[in-house]
This record gives sequence, C-alpha cells and structure tokens, in this order.
Amino acid sequence: MFKKILIANRGEIAVRVIRACHEMGIAAVAVYSDVDRAALHVRKADEAYPIGAPAASESYLNIGKILYVAECSGAEAIHPGYGFLSENAKFAKACATAGVKFIGPTAEAMNAMGSKTQARQAMERAGVPIVPGTSHGLESFEQAEQVAARIGYPIMLKAAAGGGGKGMRLVHASQDLKSALEGARSEAERSFGDGEVYIEKVIVNPRHIEMQILADEHGNTVYLGERECSLQRRHQKVVEEAPSPIVDPDMRRKMGEVAVRVAQAAGYTNAGTVEFLVDEKKSFYFLEMNTRLQVEHPVTELITGLDLVHLQIRIAAGERLPFAQNDVTIRGHAIECRIYAEDPDNNYFPSPGKITLLLAPSGPGIRRDSGMYEGWSVPMDYDPLLAKLIGYGTDRDQAIGRLTRALSEYFVGGIKTNISLFRRILRHPDFRAAKLDTGFLDRLLKEKPDGRPDSQGDPKAAEVAVIAAGMFAALGLSATGAGERALVNGSPGGDANAPSGWKSAAHREALR
Amino acid sequence: MTYDVAIDGNHYRLELNRADGVWSCRLDGREVEVDAVLARPDVLSLRIGNQAYEVKCERVASDLHLWVGSERFAVEVRDPRSLRGRARAVDDHGPRKLTAPMPGRVVRVLASQGSEVEAGAGVLVVEAMKMQNEIKSPKKGTIQKILVSEGTAVNAGDVLAIVE
Repeated sequence: MFKKILIANRGEIAVRVIRACHEMGIAAVAVYSDVDRAALHVRKADEAYPIGAPAASESYLNIGKILYVAECSGAEAIHPGYGFLSENAKFAKACATAGVKFIGPTAEAMNAMGSKTQARQAMERAGVPIVPGTSHGLESFEQAEQVAARIGYPIMLKAAAGGGGKGMRLVHASQDLKSALEGARSEAERSFGDGEVYIEKVIVNPRHIEMQILADEHGNTVYLGERECSLQRRHQKVVEEAPSPIVDPDMRRKMGEVAVRVAQAAGYTNAGTVEFLVDEKKSFYFLEMNTRLQVEHPVTELITGLDLVHLQIRIAAGERLPFAQNDVTIRGHAIECRIYAEDPDNNYFPSPGKITLLLAPSGPGIRRDSGMYEGWSVPMDYDPLLAKLIGYGTDRDQAIGRLTRALSEYFVGGIKTNISLFRRILRHPDFRAAKLDTGFLDRLLKEKPDGRPDSQGDPKAAEVAVIAAGMFAALGLSATGAGERALVNGSPGGDANAPSGWKSAAHREALR
Repeated sequence: MTYDVAIDGNHYRLELNRADGVWSCRLDGREVEVDAVLARPDVLSLRIGNQAYEVKCERVASDLHLWVGSERFAVEVRDPRSLRGRARAVDDHGPRKLTAPMPGRVVRVLASQGSEVEAGAGVLVVEAMKMQNEIKSPKKGTIQKILVSEGTAVNAGDVLAIVE
C-alpha cells in the first residue's frame, strides 16, 4: 500500500480524499493556488505545497508543477479528484512516465473514453445504443449547420473533453448556432484546454441515469448500481439520488451489464461512471463515460456500504476487488444536494465572499462533505460548489424527510447559497412522486414561489424578526445602529469592524 | 431604548429595556413577553411567550438580514433619537446603471457606446467562477457610456455601463 498520496485538487473533494488517506494510514499531500492558502484542504493535509497563480492553468491544471511537488514530497500516487486533471490523459501518461501512480484509469482507457467523440465511435462499433449526432469533432460552422439541419433542432453542442456542463450549449434554431458554437468552443478551450465540440440531438425531457462501475487491474469489473441525476440546471447536476425510482432490478442488471461491457471494451480500470439518457419508454442510450470519481459518489457509497475512494486507492495499489458482483447489494435510499455559492434572487449567479456564520446540520442519516468553514472567503476563481449534503434513509420518503430536516438546520451567512432551492425541490409534489426529468428544475424555477419563498407559515415570523433586530442592535454585536457606535468609541485604535471580545462576553453575560 | 424597525416597507415601533437580565418589550405599544439567549455572536435563541425561535443575523455590506428559522427578512433598524437618517433616495427615472452582480472579470462587451438597445438585450458578459453571465439592459434606450473594457476586473456593485 502507498505511504503517501498527493491530492491534485481543492475544495470538498480534496478534503474527502485526504480523509480517506488518513483512514487508511496514508499521509496526504495538498497543493494550493495563491488564493487557496486558507482553504480547508490545506488545513487538513499533512503537507501542503503552493503551486502558483489562481488561474487553474497556472496551478491545478499545471502538470509540470504538480509532478514536481510529487517528486519533492515523495508521494507515490496522485489522486486527481474530479474536474481539473482528473480526465486528462496527458496527465495520466506523465504520471506513468514520472513513476507516480495515477489513481484512475490508464491514459489509453481515458483516450478511448475521456474524449466523448472517441467514446461514441467505440460504442457505435460495440453496438451500444447512442444518441443521434456526430461522433467526430466539428470541423467548421458550415458542417455544424448541415449536421444540425439533418438531425433536426433542438440540438446540443458539447465539448469532446467536457464535463460539469462546461462547453455545452443548447441550440433551438439555426440563427443561434454560430454564437453558440463560438461560445462552446471558447469555454471548452478555457476549461479543458481543448476546443473540440460535437453535436447531439436533444432528447426532450429525458432522465439522466448513470451506472457506477469499478474495475481492478486483474480483469474484474463490477457495477454498483445506478444514480438518478435528472435534476439539473444549466446541465449541471443539482440533486442526485440512488437508487433511481424508476429502475427495477431487471433494468438495473441490463444497464449494469452494458456499463461493464463499455468499461471492458476500453480496458478500463479503477472507478468510472457510464451515463445514460433514458426516454419515457425506459429505453436507455449511452451518453458518455466519466473516467473519474463523480461528485455524487456518496449516494452510491451510502446504499452499497462501500467506500469508493478506499477502493480506488486499493485498486491503484494493485489489489484485487475484495468482492464479486453477487456480493453487491443495495440497501435504503440516498439523496444528495449540491450546495453552491449562488444567489437565488439573482438568477443563481455565483456569489463569492466571506462566510460570516456557518451552522452545519448533523444527526441520523445525514452526511456532509464540505470544503468551507466559518471565516473563510470563497474565492471567485473556481467552481462555486461549497459542500454536499446527503440524506440517507430506509426508503425514499425517509431520506427526503431527513434531508429536509437537515436543510432547515443548515445556515451559511455572509454569502448567498442555493440552500433555499432544495427546500422548494424537496417539497414539490412531482419530486415527492419521483416524476423527474432534466427539465424539472427549469420548470420549477419558472413557477412563482407562493408568498414569501421560504415562509414557514408562521404569521408571527416578521414580528420575531423585528424584536430580534432590536435586541441585536441593543447588544451592539452585529454592527447595527447605535449600540455598535458605543462599542467602537470605547476601543481606540481597534478594528472598528470587530467588536471587542471582552465586551462581547460582557454583553452575552448580560443576556443571561 | 426605542427603535424604528422596517421590514418589507412596514414600520414597527419597538421599545426594549433590560434590567437585571430580564427584557421588557413593547411592540407598537403592545406588551410582549420575551426572553433571549445569545447562543453565539449572530445567533439568538428567542422565546416569545413559550414559542421558541432561532434567529440568525447576517450583514453584508449595508444590508441587514435576519433569518427566523429558514425565512429571511431584510431589516432596517433606526434609532429615532439618532441624527443619522438613513433614508436613501431611489430614482427610477432617467439614466439607469448596469452594475456587476458579483466580483469577476469582463470577458466581452456586446454593445458599443451610443448604440440603441432593447430592454433585456445583452450589453456585457462578466465571468466569475467559470460561469459567464450576460448583463442585460434594464430598459430600452441608448448606451450612454461603457465604463469597462474586456479584461477589466470588477467588484460587486461596480457600475459597468449606463443606459439613457
């Protein structure tokens, strides 16, 4: 087993992998950009190395710098997390050349699968059903126009190297094609360093269901059940659950077996995910394979009782899968909410800034994978994912109940988050009835929330707020009105924004 | 201590006094039985009668928000004896400013100075956290001024352009 692993990532996933390392007695090495010195993953790691400027291309995407840190620190393996270099075959290859184990598939398997166009070609050959479109990158605008006209609008432009909704554009009519193509290309170039874009026909309101697979380096491949990821916004998953409410054991076995075939065709090793679009008749089409650990892996962990990061590390260390397909059982139901730094009142624009107050939920059936802490400033340079809140229960209703309860305990002050959105989703009758498709969220957001968006139905709430506002002002602890002035006047030379600790304590005492 | 507290345009007159750790409270002249414990800075455990509430206080720039459970209230507190009037004049007529909704970088300028724009037309694109956001014109009119160019780093609230 490895003694030291470098985590080439940041945020909640870096913390997740560091925890797995520590659980297995492995030292964890963090890397961080100039704006991430205070990030949680640096605090949790055993060693931490600066790797440069905030722009990802200067730091988290810089293969040379990361391999240099691996060498300096003596790390024997690199876990790439998701995003950044996780699906970069050049990086996997560079690791192999440098004698550092890449925790993931080989560069060859990534090339076969990581590029969505090449994956489509391979699946066409293997006879796996795929969504109509091109299986090669678009060479010109004229070609794009012809293909789109042939398969019919609406169409989707997708980055061949893409993921996470980056480099994707939905096009409804030919006059929008040119600007969409340019936008997709430049976003793909910026996000992945590869501007290749292809076309897929849009299946209207499909379900998005994906199958988790694991393959060791001795020819054993298993599937670990599906995840329902139909709740998306801007092609970014927002809520995921496992198992899917529409998948029965028979369909699970069929999809699982196709997924295993897909992985084996590519000589795939380590953890991977085969994504399918499922239409209203429950026919499924291969969409793409994600050659990495997914953001939503915790829901699979909860219903299978397996730790995917532990298994990734063990597989990379050359161990055999410690179980067979028949040993995999699914128990209970898990739902994940992705907590983003986004402003619900401003069209879900990113909302970086300082977290002034953080109250985190816990209790039965609740798992929280977080990369934030109180007092930390969320930088504007990266993806706005702050944390994942996962509810687990004996069945779907209990999972929803626990998650709803936990969301009511979750409070992130100082920045805007999408926590209120999950309350709306979880109490929506269609969600409760598991009537899900990829258009659900856009429809929900068009509905006007009745009354105050988060009203708990307590008519006294406004009066409570009034009384509390007065108390905060009287106490002068929250920089409200006259009380604060008195404090500041009393502390010459102090930071005018920070109330004196002594006085705060005195005020708290006075409240008793 | 007497406060004028405004929520959603409604004004409340709040009288609060504390003696020997016991609060007395009158809301619009009505006696209210209250009891409070500051659980930690910005978190108040409040009892009104026997009803229990957790109230969180959040202040960003000049905005004060109070959260009662999961419900958020934008609150303005004024001490009527204070001379620092906080009334802000809001002028909805004439030129309108387009401001950055979050810190980020201007990646594209879609309209030129002096050009005509429809309400809702994209004027600039600001990128933050890898997301591109189109800043749209709030009204039909002429672009009077564009104050940034491609590549400019902006902070939340910065004026990007003015539409007349």
